[in-house]
Amino acid sequence: MLENRRFVIIGFFALIGFIYLFRLFYLQVLDESYSIESSSNSIKRVIEVPFRGQIYDRNGKLIVYNTPVYDLLVTPYKVKVDDTLRFCRVLGIEKREFDSLITAASAYSRVKPSLFLRQLSKEDFASIQDIMVDYSGFEFAKSSMRTYKGATLANTLGYVSEISKKQLEKQEEPYYRQSDYIGQTGIEKIYENELRGKRGTKFVMQNVSGVYKGAWKGGELDTMAVAGANLYSGIDIDIQQYADSLMMNKVGSVVAIEPKTGQIISMVSAPTYDPNFLATRHFSKNYTALYRNPYKPLFNRPVMASYRPGSTFKLIQALIGLQEGVITPNSGFTHANCPIGCHNHPGTPTVALGVTHSCNPYFYNVFRRIIYNNKISNTFKASAAGLDVWHDRISKFGIGQQLGIDLPSERKGNLPDKKYYDKIYGENRWKFSNIYSLSIGEGEILITPLKMANVAAIIANRGYYYTPHVIHSVGESRTVNPDFTVRHETGVAPHNFEPVIEGMVGAVEGGTARRSKVEGIEIAGKTGTSQNKRGMDHSIFIAFAPVDDPKIAIAVFVENAGAGGSAAAPIANLIIEKYLTRKITNKALEERIMKADFMKNVILPAPPKPVAKDTVKRRQGIPMAPLEKPIPSEINWFKRF
Amino acid sequence: MEEGKPITKNVDWMVVLIYIACLGIGWVNIYAAVYNPETHSSIFDLSNNAGKQLMWIGTTFILIICILVIDYKFYETFSFIIYAIVIFLLVVVLFAGSNINGSRSWIKFGAISLQPAQFANLAVSLAISKYLSDPAISLTRKLKDYYPILGIIALPSFLILLSNETGSMLVFASFAIILYREGMPGFIPAIGIVSAALLIISLLYNSWYIAGAIIFIAGIVIWVMPVMTRRRGGLMATVLIAFVMISIVFGVDFFMNNVLQKHQRGRIMVLLDPDSDPRGIGWNVIQSKIAIGSGGFTGKGFLQGTQTKFDFVPEQSTDFIFCTVGEEHGFVGTAVVVSLFILLISRLVVLAERQRSRFARVYGYCVAGIFFFHFLVNVGMTIGLMPVIGIPLPFFSYGGSSLWSFSVLLFIFLKIDAQRPFTLSRG
Repeated sequence: MLENRRFVIIGFFALIGFIYLFRLFYLQVLDESYSIESSSNSIKRVIEVPFRGQIYDRNGKLIVYNTPVYDLLVTPYKVKVDDTLRFCRVLGIEKREFDSLITAASAYSRVKPSLFLRQLSKEDFASIQDIMVDYSGFEFAKSSMRTYKGATLANTLGYVSEISKKQLEKQEEPYYRQSDYIGQTGIEKIYENELRGKRGTKFVMQNVSGVYKGAWKGGELDTMAVAGANLYSGIDIDIQQYADSLMMNKVGSVVAIEPKTGQIISMVSAPTYDPNFLATRHFSKNYTALYRNPYKPLFNRPVMASYRPGSTFKLIQALIGLQEGVITPNSGFTHANCPIGCHNHPGTPTVALGVTHSCNPYFYNVFRRIIYNNKISNTFKASAAGLDVWHDRISKFGIGQQLGIDLPSERKGNLPDKKYYDKIYGENRWKFSNIYSLSIGEGEILITPLKMANVAAIIANRGYYYTPHVIHSVGESRTVNPDFTVRHETGVAPHNFEPVIEGMVGAVEGGTARRSKVEGIEIAGKTGTSQNKRGMDHSIFIAFAPVDDPKIAIAVFVENAGAGGSAAAPIANLIIEKYLTRKITNKALEERIMKADFMKNVILPAPPKPVAKDTVKRRQGIPMAPLEKPIPSEINWFKRF
Repeated sequence: MEEGKPITKNVDWMVVLIYIACLGIGWVNIYAAVYNPETHSSIFDLSNNAGKQLMWIGTTFILIICILVIDYKFYETFSFIIYAIVIFLLVVVLFAGSNINGSRSWIKFGAISLQPAQFANLAVSLAISKYLSDPAISLTRKLKDYYPILGIIALPSFLILLSNETGSMLVFASFAIILYREGMPGFIPAIGIVSAALLIISLLYNSWYIAGAIIFIAGIVIWVMPVMTRRRGGLMATVLIAFVMISIVFGVDFFMNNVLQKHQRGRIMVLLDPDSDPRGIGWNVIQSKIAIGSGGFTGKGFLQGTQTKFDFVPEQSTDFIFCTVGEEHGFVGTAVVVSLFILLISRLVVLAERQRSRFARVYGYCVAGIFFFHFLVNVGMTIGLMPVIGIPLPFFSYGGSSLWSFSVLLFIFLKIDAQRPFTLSRG
């Protein structure tokens, strides 16, 4: 019966229908590999990079910001340039360059825009924008470049650069992608998470050639980029730049702190460089040059360089002696029976005069009394016990510790304790006579400029300090890091500071730093002369002012510049005057200091080869350039070395 | 019922409704396929395919009215003449045709281009129906009765092949259905299907494994077979069949590796595994699968499809229109379309079976078979179950010629069906 074949036929149709329905169900519902995220090639995720946060100084001046720059993009298939030569002239490129750029872009894609010229400044953009209308196929894309306020604060602020391969691999949560920028050091590194903001994601549609076709679903799923948080610093950029100018041709540090808050007013690491050169696409070339520079401009001296504090340390010895009760404000010592020599100065019948004249035997005796301030008869054991007490007291000043400043690579320095000497001499095999150099800040003790500035702040505050910090608040909400509002007590009673401060005032008025005193401002200061193995002594000075209501505490370290009074003290006092009054009365001193060149005293570590040549160059008065290769002309290197 | 009652009374409204549904869904999806979110062109804009398709739909309605008005006897009477005209046009197109997309198959009448190959289906259907309407013809008993049918099919096939429209020619395979219905022995389509399956399997798997499997199955068949049958030569037949099958497997293997050039082999393999050439021939299939797959259960929404719009899927508004349905309306949409087609085809078979004349029945089956074949291949290729052969999806794909030819094909049958109450059975 042929009629019955219709059932076979309809059955066959239905079978095919079911097979197709099942296949469709599988493709569309069961098989996840065709979902939007994983394989839809028409929808592309575009990452929007937000503006990095800006950094302000204490007076609201911008010190780090983003300069809008323009990248010129080219879409090869649209290009129509009638007069190539005029076009090249406008852009300031050569015909040859034009051809190779177009060829490279075409090789990448003929329909997708690719980079033609990078980072055109606003001025360049303005001048060529109108003319570009005549040429089809070119478009501008806004971009931004991190910009710093010249050759200042380089190590403090740090720089941003493209993330390295190592960093990419090391990141804990995958946030950064290749060619992302990341803060590499300084504030840019420490506050990276705040500064970077939040990346936005856009879903855009593109056709098969990758040409943009609009937002997907009208932008429903997009997330907006959130600009990075602004940082508010305690830096006074005017003072900072003034301090930089004073530190020209010198190697060393200046750290100025507002004692009442712990905010850093100024932080100089000399020699410095212009961080803008690390923000450009010439990064690797410029970085190499800085890295090879024998004066190590990348070394952040205020927090990383450790020095013997020299006589400035006597202040702390006096304070601890008074607090321990081993001396009174009226204790006097002579030069007798002291292994350390001293210079010729009036008598020192009080603590204040001991400080003023920086008498070495005086503090030898103070330290001796501190160490032997116990009833142990064995001098070895007595020394060990005494040193432990002393060590605990000194630690309270932050010495031998990390203060916790918001900068990377802060060094502890060295505050020797019992263990330290036991290791050198053996247990119970050393006593006071082995360690007395510590009494005047020589020997094994090492302190960073930051910590010395903090000591000045402690004395200014009569006994306490706040952790020194560059950034005091973050973002629109002005969020404050709670660590920076903890008052650290040193355990020295306020009244014990008075005789020491009196001595410091005396030092500036008529003592070791008298040559740099400032009329009309009462400054308390103390010079230091740090012995070292590399040539001349380092010149050190710490101070604060005004004495009754301290607004600034400062430490200045100038390497191989001799006694504290000769270089460091004038620099500190000029900065103090400038900060408090905004003017300078002693112009002659200012000029002399600015011109002074202590760099020539610095003995550079043995090769790199070109050192000898460079030294000659520098002595001829050529701005420092100890580089193997000639400096590219478009780069105006370091401010002055 | 009397003659003279309006045609609307007797026409099969179910088919008409499915037809209108297909046209509507198709038109909206053509608009979605060519829709550009940047320009927001209107669905009535005559500069895009959707607007043009609307124009085609309009002219199609005029055509349908003409068909319904013309006397039903016209089609049977003029079957061979219509066939002759189409053959004539196919010859003309070879010499006077305009070259579009590398195939010389279009005739231009002013602004309108027509593709005679699209009407070959109609002509062959009518011719076969007319031929089989002779009650003396028997496909069950006489082999020589097949020859005229083969001739009717072969002539246009040859001409279409010359004009490079392989896809349209393959549609003639659909006439196997009517031949089967009218008496062709069942083993012939069975052999066809088995051979095709064997071919595909032998391309995919190692010949030795397949041979092993065939021998194993043959062994089971012999073992299960009743002893009586075994003695009567059933044993020999089974061994023979197994031998032939194994020969085919090794023959295909030999043909692929020794006769074909490397690039030819690639073209065949890519039909089975599009991933073997994702940027070349495989591209269409992969992109089409991504488009349909990305639709999910309910789809991305009307005009929200992205794969189909931005040129990832080729021929979005013509051969691959099904992708747009899949992407924007998801499984719900595709299931509706598949169901509409199965329903339409099955309904046509039912209608064909109730015809009193053999001419009408054969013609009905031809129509059903043609629609089925187009559906089978077109939808099959978008979901990766069929090789990519460029034939349209009836009523959905953009294009005047195909819409006209499918509509004419369908409505001639509806007209004949509407007259059924007044026809005397002759078969």
